[in-house]
Amino acid sequence: MTAKAAIRVHGLTKCYGVGSGALVALSDIGFSVGEGEFTVFVGPSGCGKSTLLKILVGLDRATAGTAEIQGEAITGPRRDTGVVFQSPVLFPWRTVLDNVLLPIDVLRLDRKQHLATARELLSMAGLSSFERHYPWQLSGGMQQRVGIVRALVHDPKLLLMDEPFGALDALTRENMNMELQRIWMEHRKTVIFITHSITEAVLLADRVLVMTPRPGRIVRDIRIDIPRPRDLSVANTPLFGEYVREVRELLNATGAID
Amino acid sequence: MFGIQHHVLRLLFMVAVILGWEFLARFFEVPAFILPTPSAIAVALVRGVQSGLYISNAWVTLAETFLGFLLGVFLALSLGTVVALSRRTEFYLYPFIVMFQSMPKVALAPIVVIWFGLGMTSKVVSAALVAFFPLMVNTIAGLRSTDPDRLSLMKSLNASPLQIFTMLQLPNALPYIMAGIEVAMIFSLIGAIVAEFVGAEAGLGMLIQSMNLSLDVAGQFSILIILSFFGLGFSVILRLLKKKMLFWDASSRSEKKGGEVA
Ligand SMILES: Nc1ncnc2c1ncn2[C@@H]1O[C@H](COP(=O)(O)OP(=O)(O)O)[C@@H](O)[C@H]1O
Ligand SMILES: [Mg+2]
Repeated sequence: MTAKAAIRVHGLTKCYGVGSGALVALSDIGFSVGEGEFTVFVGPSGCGKSTLLKILVGLDRATAGTAEIQGEAITGPRRDTGVVFQSPVLFPWRTVLDNVLLPIDVLRLDRKQHLATARELLSMAGLSSFERHYPWQLSGGMQQRVGIVRALVHDPKLLLMDEPFGALDALTRENMNMELQRIWMEHRKTVIFITHSITEAVLLADRVLVMTPRPGRIVRDIRIDIPRPRDLSVANTPLFGEYVREVRELLNATGAID
Repeated sequence: MFGIQHHVLRLLFMVAVILGWEFLARFFEVPAFILPTPSAIAVALVRGVQSGLYISNAWVTLAETFLGFLLGVFLALSLGTVVALSRRTEFYLYPFIVMFQSMPKVALAPIVVIWFGLGMTSKVVSAALVAFFPLMVNTIAGLRSTDPDRLSLMKSLNASPLQIFTMLQLPNALPYIMAGIEVAMIFSLIGAIVAEFVGAEAGLGMLIQSMNLSLDVAGQFSILIILSFFGLGFSVILRLLKKKMLFWDASSRSEKKGGEVA
């Protein structure tokens, strides 16, 4: 699966501020992600997960170290990247379909050409009958699905997701996890997924990278060998429990709580 | 909330107040130059409209108001945009903005009439001056209220500053801008009327002023009625516009974004 590295990060450090008031958000982060791999970062609030993602998106610069996508140093936002935020971040004056087509508009791609893709993705997310609706007419879970569909519409190679289901209730969240797995298995994007939920991490990941705070660093890289497609019942298997326990112990050992 | 019987009662109450006014004014023989009877006001209104006097002057005031409104809106939107998007411009203009904000703009009307004469121009300028400020303030506030997550989304797509402005900041500011326009419309009428008071060749404000000199209070009341209908018309137009443009804005139903004082 890891034929070629999609992302390569080495010695990445990020400080906010300077002098004695400086805060080291990330310290000496290094990892690489293979093409089509589903990588989950798990760690407590404030350990620098969003900071790392912002650097990968190209919205923020590292203080030291290197970060490469497809072998190119990140100098700014890239066209082949889709981003999903913790909140849906939809535009209330656009319909669901127009929200999904926002990247097409911004990237000045042909709307007609991508309309079919947008509709297909919406139908895959169970939103076909809602394309003429406005975001505020949808539930929180549906809005978040629109956000995911939007991130996929311009067919990016890389999908970056920052706690995309963090604001949802537990039931909706589990359903969304299953849908995301289905979408991923169909499209095989390279995914970086951030969460502070241990079970969500183990359920979704090919690999779980465990982070600890102050300064944020990666303490373990765990390969999750549970066959796919995984359904919610795998959470009851001993193997799953074993992985969860391993991650939890790492987080507890460093004083970080889920 | 209130049933049909309450609407009927309200109408009856209004009629009762007018009849009471008519009765008391006649009973105590209040002089017409202090408080005219409603019937005298109605007669003045009908006579003024029939003779064409009110119509021709109303057109003048309406035109001044509308042109002043357009000028004020244009200036407020452009300056507001520049100030909102450029910290440097804001820094240098800030003292002027603060000074202008605390100044009653209608007090500029006499100077404006000296500068621009007794014709329509001075009324247009005065209307624009009064309408300008609340809209500019709202434009700035609206453009500044852009959600940082939405901004990050646009930036993650490599959007240009122009794209960010047209696709995000401007639509996002529309509820504020519409609230500012609502105030600007009423304010431009105030600005035009006050400038007509100061000195004019035509217009409803000029009519009020000349009727005042001849102690024609009934006539003045009849013009006030016309002016309130103007104001009513403006707010109806705006309500329709808002319904069409701001259907997506939950807060525009509860009128909370407001302007300041003329
Ligand atoms: N723009 C910023 N300026 C200063 N400090 C920041 C900024 N962004 C994040 N931080 C700090 O960096 C640390 C990591 O933040 P973040 O990456 O958001 O963590 P996480 O997403 O894991 O909760 C926190 O202590 C946070 O307060
Ligand atoms: Mg975060």
